[in-house]
Amino acid sequence: MSETNETFTSGSSTEQQTARSRRSLYRERLDRYVLTPLRVIWNDWRTRLGTLIILFYILVGTVGVHYISEPQIGGPRLAGIFEAPGYPLGTNNLGEGLMSSLVHATPPMLKMITAGAVFATGIAVALGTVSGYKGGRVDTVLSTLIDIAMTVPGLPLIILLVVTFQPTNPFVIGIVLSINSWAGLARNIRSQVLELRDNSYIEASRIMGRSTGGIVYDDILPNIMPFVLISFVNTARAVIFGSVGLYYLGILQTPENNWGIMLNNAYSAGGALYSWDSLYWIVLPMATIVLLSFGLVLFSQGTERLFNPRIRARHAETIDETSPMEE
Amino acid sequence: MRYIVRRVGQAVITILSVIVLTFLLVRSLPGGPMDYLRAQLMQNRTGRQVSMAELQSLAREYMNLHPGEPIWVQLYYYVSSFLQGDLGQSIWFGEPVSSIIVKAAPWTLFLLTTSIILTFGIGIVLGAVMAYKEGSWFDTSSTVVSMFLNSVPYFVAALLFVYVISIQFSMLPQSGNVAPGLEASFSLTYIGSILEHAILPIASLVVTGFGGIALGMRGNAVKEIGEEYIRVAHLRGISSRRIAIRYVGRNAVLPLYTQFMISIGFMFGGSVILEQIFAYPGLGNYLLTGITARDYPLMMGIFIIITAAVVLCILFADLTYSKIDPRVSTGSGESY
Repeated sequence: MSETNETFTSGSSTEQQTARSRRSLYRERLDRYVLTPLRVIWNDWRTRLGTLIILFYILVGTVGVHYISEPQIGGPRLAGIFEAPGYPLGTNNLGEGLMSSLVHATPPMLKMITAGAVFATGIAVALGTVSGYKGGRVDTVLSTLIDIAMTVPGLPLIILLVVTFQPTNPFVIGIVLSINSWAGLARNIRSQVLELRDNSYIEASRIMGRSTGGIVYDDILPNIMPFVLISFVNTARAVIFGSVGLYYLGILQTPENNWGIMLNNAYSAGGALYSWDSLYWIVLPMATIVLLSFGLVLFSQGTERLFNPRIRARHAETIDETSPMEE
Repeated sequence: MRYIVRRVGQAVITILSVIVLTFLLVRSLPGGPMDYLRAQLMQNRTGRQVSMAELQSLAREYMNLHPGEPIWVQLYYYVSSFLQGDLGQSIWFGEPVSSIIVKAAPWTLFLLTTSIILTFGIGIVLGAVMAYKEGSWFDTSSTVVSMFLNSVPYFVAALLFVYVISIQFSMLPQSGNVAPGLEASFSLTYIGSILEHAILPIASLVVTGFGGIALGMRGNAVKEIGEEYIRVAHLRGISSRRIAIRYVGRNAVLPLYTQFMISIGFMFGGSVILEQIFAYPGLGNYLLTGITARDYPLMMGIFIIITAAVVLCILFADLTYSKIDPRVSTGSGESY
C-alpha cells in the first residue's frame, strides 16, 4: 500500500496542487477520493462482505426485477421452499411467489434508503461542519437547533406526519423517515470538527484569508469523509427499520410489494402462526431485512475501524499502514 | 449556572415547539379541523345534525381549538391549555386524554426504563470485557454476534419471539400486561404475572440493542487502554482492578453519552410498534389506536406527552453529565 501513502502525503500540501495541470489534478482527486477508499475498503473482511451484500441488493433491485416477473395471485397455495416448480422460495396463502414479492419490494426500498440517507447526511454535514467550525453565536444557535431535533422522538413524529400528509412517493417517504435522524449525526460531526478546527494547517488557511466555505470544503470535509460515509450507512439502516415497521403496522400503505407488508400478511393470515409449516413465510421477509441491514452494519463497522483512530487497535499493524489520516 | 439555565430553556423551547407543531398539523388536516370534527362526531352519533355553535363548543372541549378567533389567539389558547394539563378529549374513548395517559404511562415507563438499563448494563460490561480480551477468540466472536444482533430490527425480534416462544412453545404469554381476571394487588401472583408479560417486550429491545452499545464501548475502551496515563498508572503499581474500573471504565463510558440520549428517544418512539405487537396497554398502543381511529386529540396528546418524557429524561441526563464532565458546560471557544 505504499502508493496509498504517497497520494495522501503529497496531496496535503497546497503549493504542489496549484502548480499541477488540471488533468493530473483530476486524476489525483479520483485516486484520492475514489480508488484509495475502494482499495482500503477491500482490505478488511467486514467492509468487503458488507459491500458485497449491499451490491447484491442493488443488483437485485435494478437488474433482478427485469428477470423475475411480478408476483401474481393464482399459483399453488402455501407451497414450501422448493416444493412447487417455478416458485423456488414457496408461495403465500394467495399463491403469490415469495421470491418475486421479495425481489419486487427491493426497488422502492432502495429509493427510500437513498433519499433518506442523502437528505439526512446532507443536512447533518452542512449544519455539523458550520456549527463546529464557526463557533460562537452561530454554534450556539445551530447546536440548540440540533439538540431540539435530537430530543423529539423520531417515530411518533414520523407517524404523525405520515398520517396527516399520507405520502406515497418512495423518495418523499425516505425523507420523512429521516426527518430528525440527521440530528445525532450532526452532533457527532460537530464534535469531530471541533477537534479539527484548531489544527495548524487550518489556521494557516484562515490567516491566508480563505472563505469559511472554502476551508470547510477543502480542509475539513476530507478529514471527516469516512465519518460521513458511516453516517450515510447508519441512516440507511434507520430508514429500513422505520419503513418496514410502519408498513408492518399499516400506517404506510402501498399497492406495491413491501417486506413489512409481507410480514404483516404472514402474521395476520388465519392460522398461519399456529404451525411450524408456515415458518418459511415468516422468516423469509425477516431474513431479507436482516441481511441487508447486516450488510450495512458490517460496512459501517469496518469503515469505522479503518478510519477512526479511536478504534485503531494496539496490535493492528495493518491498519496503521493503510490509514490515511494522520493524528 | 448559566449552563443549567440554558439547558432548561432549551427543554422548554423543545416542548413548546412540539405543541405548536401539533397545532399546525391539526390545522393542516384536509378540510380543516372543523370538518374533521363534524365528520367524526357524525359517525359516532349516527346522522344527528350538529349546529355551528354546538360544533364550536365541541371543538373547544375536544381539541382546545377556538375557531372564529384570530389565529394567534387560537394558538395562545391551544398552548396555554396544554401547559395547564388539559390535553383535550379523546373522540374514540370519550374520556379526557389526560386520564388515558395516566392509565397508560406507567406501563410504558416500566418497559422502557428496564430495557434501557439492561441494554446499557449488558452492553457496557460486554464491551469492556471484549476490549480487555482484544483479538482473542471471545472478542472476535462477540463482535460478530453484536454486529448481527445490531442489524436485527427490534420488531422483527419481537415477531419472532411471539411466533416461536409464545405460540409454538407456549412458554410465555403472547399479549397484554397482566393475566386477565387478576385483581391489582401487591401479591406475588400479580407481580409475577406482570413480569412474565414484560419479559418478551423487554427482551426484544435488549437483545437487539446491546450489540451497538458493546461495540461502541469496546472501541472507546481499546483506545483508553492504549493511552500513556494507563501505562503510567500500571508503573505506579495501582491494582489492575482499580485501573480497569476507575481509569479505563469511567473514561470509556463517557463518550457513550450521545448514544444514550439517542436511544432514549429511539426506545420511546419504538414503543409504538413494540406495544402493538404485544398488545401491551402503554402509550404507544393508545397512540396507534388514536391513529387507526383518526382520533387527533388522542394522537396529539400522547405525542406531546412522549416528547415531554423524552425531553425530561434527556435534561436530567444532561445535568448530571455536566457534573461528571465539566467540559460540556463550557462554551466551544473562539468564533471564526
